[in-house]
Amino acid sequence: MAEKKYQKVAYYPGCALEGSGHAYNKSTKAVGKALGLELEEVDNWNCCGAMEVKNIDPKIQTYLSSRVMSIAANEMKHDVVMAPCNGCYHNLKKAEYDLAHDEGSRQVVDRLSSKAGHETYQAGQIETIHALDWIKDGIGEEELAKRVKNSLKGLKIANYYGCMYTRPRHIFPEKDQGPGSESTSKPHYMDDLLAAAGAENVDFALKTACCGGAHTLSDADTSTKLVANILRAAEEAGAEVIATECPTCHTGLEMHQVRAETNFGIKTNVKVMYFTQLLGVALGLSPKKVGVHENASDGRAALKARQIA
Amino acid sequence: MPIHEKNLIRPENLSTHDNLVIDGVDVSGDWSTFIKTRVVADYNENLQEEIGSLPGAEYIHRCWQCGSCTNSCTVNAIEPDFNPRHWIYLIRMGFESELVRDKDLIWKCVSCNKCTYACPRDVVPEGVMKATAHWLELKGYLDRTPSTEFDEEFANQVIRTGKIEDGRVMMGFFKRTGQPLMQPWLIAFVKKMFAGLPLGWMMKMGFATVIHPRTKGWGPAHAAIAEYAKEQEEKHIAAVRGSHPEAAFHTAD
Ligand code: SF4
Ligand code: SF4
Repeated sequence: MAEKKYQKVAYYPGCALEGSGHAYNKSTKAVGKALGLELEEVDNWNCCGAMEVKNIDPKIQTYLSSRVMSIAANEMKHDVVMAPCNGCYHNLKKAEYDLAHDEGSRQVVDRLSSKAGHETYQAGQIETIHALDWIKDGIGEEELAKRVKNSLKGLKIANYYGCMYTRPRHIFPEKDQGPGSESTSKPHYMDDLLAAAGAENVDFALKTACCGGAHTLSDADTSTKLVANILRAAEEAGAEVIATECPTCHTGLEMHQVRAETNFGIKTNVKVMYFTQLLGVALGLSPKKVGVHENASDGRAALKARQIA
Repeated sequence: MPIHEKNLIRPENLSTHDNLVIDGVDVSGDWSTFIKTRVVADYNENLQEEIGSLPGAEYIHRCWQCGSCTNSCTVNAIEPDFNPRHWIYLIRMGFESELVRDKDLIWKCVSCNKCTYACPRDVVPEGVMKATAHWLELKGYLDRTPSTEFDEEFANQVIRTGKIEDGRVMMGFFKRTGQPLMQPWLIAFVKKMFAGLPLGWMMKMGFATVIHPRTKGWGPAHAAIAEYAKEQEEKHIAAVRGSHPEAAFHTAD
């Protein structure tokens, strides 16, 4: 099933991984190294445009994302870009879709690229993948299980994927393609990888619920309510840890976990960790090496309690 | 109208009688609640065209009012008056004044795309929400929302330097919206974050906010994007205000 692809890919960390998502960057690189998957960072990359530039003008966001793919394809001769951030991943996929289907987007991207002085990205040059695809298809569960030195034995995990990894469906043509493929309604790649590392995934209904990340500061009360729902649902499902695969979701859960307590008196104890941190620990790396201590929601005690690290 | 949308009937349009007998039958209490007949005289026949000319709302004409967007909506679940289906109906019918009554809600869409996922007609309701919020601002019905302030702070940094630095975006946003940085919950959060952090990383973060990351050789891209953005903005203002000049330039109530 899992052929050995993605052994060497272009790596697009994006802005969040250089700031608040630092621990995700660190743990992604550490896991790649431990698994022998090679990453080559996109030269002189720029922001993908995120939600915010799309709101100002969607075609500017398309251009920004296309520039990253153009550098990877035309200057670095890669055909795969791996982005661990859901926002970056989503935007590169969306740009790919728009450039393949919309003449207006092609014109704007062509105009901006030539004025900016680089080659115009052409749809089809790059396959954008998420860090989940990278490990799932680059290594696979079987191989991963063989390399586990420090099983997550019985650690109860709620897998949280958020919005941008699966919606809207049309920009992810490879998903929902039957057995083996990722599902947009019930994603399972993270569940699969963590189960291979020994974790016990709980039945979690809010896998793709929204954390309100778009308005995390501009409509903070809404975000706090949405996050509190997610945290409580995870606890009710019996989870000790929520595994994340996006810096915006991760920081949103952490920030609003604190805010729910200080502003609304809603206290939850579930810890939030990047799936790459969990995999790193399972592969024998120290929690420090994958930045567990950098999380506001400090999962070290949860790991200790299970004698994992 | 589905029963869970009963909240769409405004209290001022309901009339209830304590004692009412019709044709000899006592219909007091709940049975005597009537919805008043209304006459809407102030259509804006160009409403769909105005909003549809803004990015994101291009496909609003496809809507067949199935209600899947509202049923799947994240914000609707915690705020029942947030109703994309209803707003799309008002826009398509030209009920401008009714739409404007919900001006303080529409911008709250969190762009989760549950609606876009559920919509059987590819309307992209998420885009329609963004375009409608934008339209409300362009028409002067709505002051700049915190969401617009955030988007602009963020987008300006990207367009100027090619990258953002999240701490700087947050500071800029708080400054624009006149909020104090020292909010109790934020202090509690930062304390937690720094509790586990090594000194070296704090220094690095500190430097990142001083050294401002930027993409090398970004100048020509900045110029190209800024020129395009300005053109688009002018186009949008013309589309919204030009198509119905007599109704244009409302000021916020
Ligand atoms: S889901 Fe689509 S077709 Fe149905 S009411 Fe909403 S926008 Fe209209
Ligand atoms: S994108 Fe906006 S309108 Fe659509 S479901 Fe999410 S919050 Fe509701």
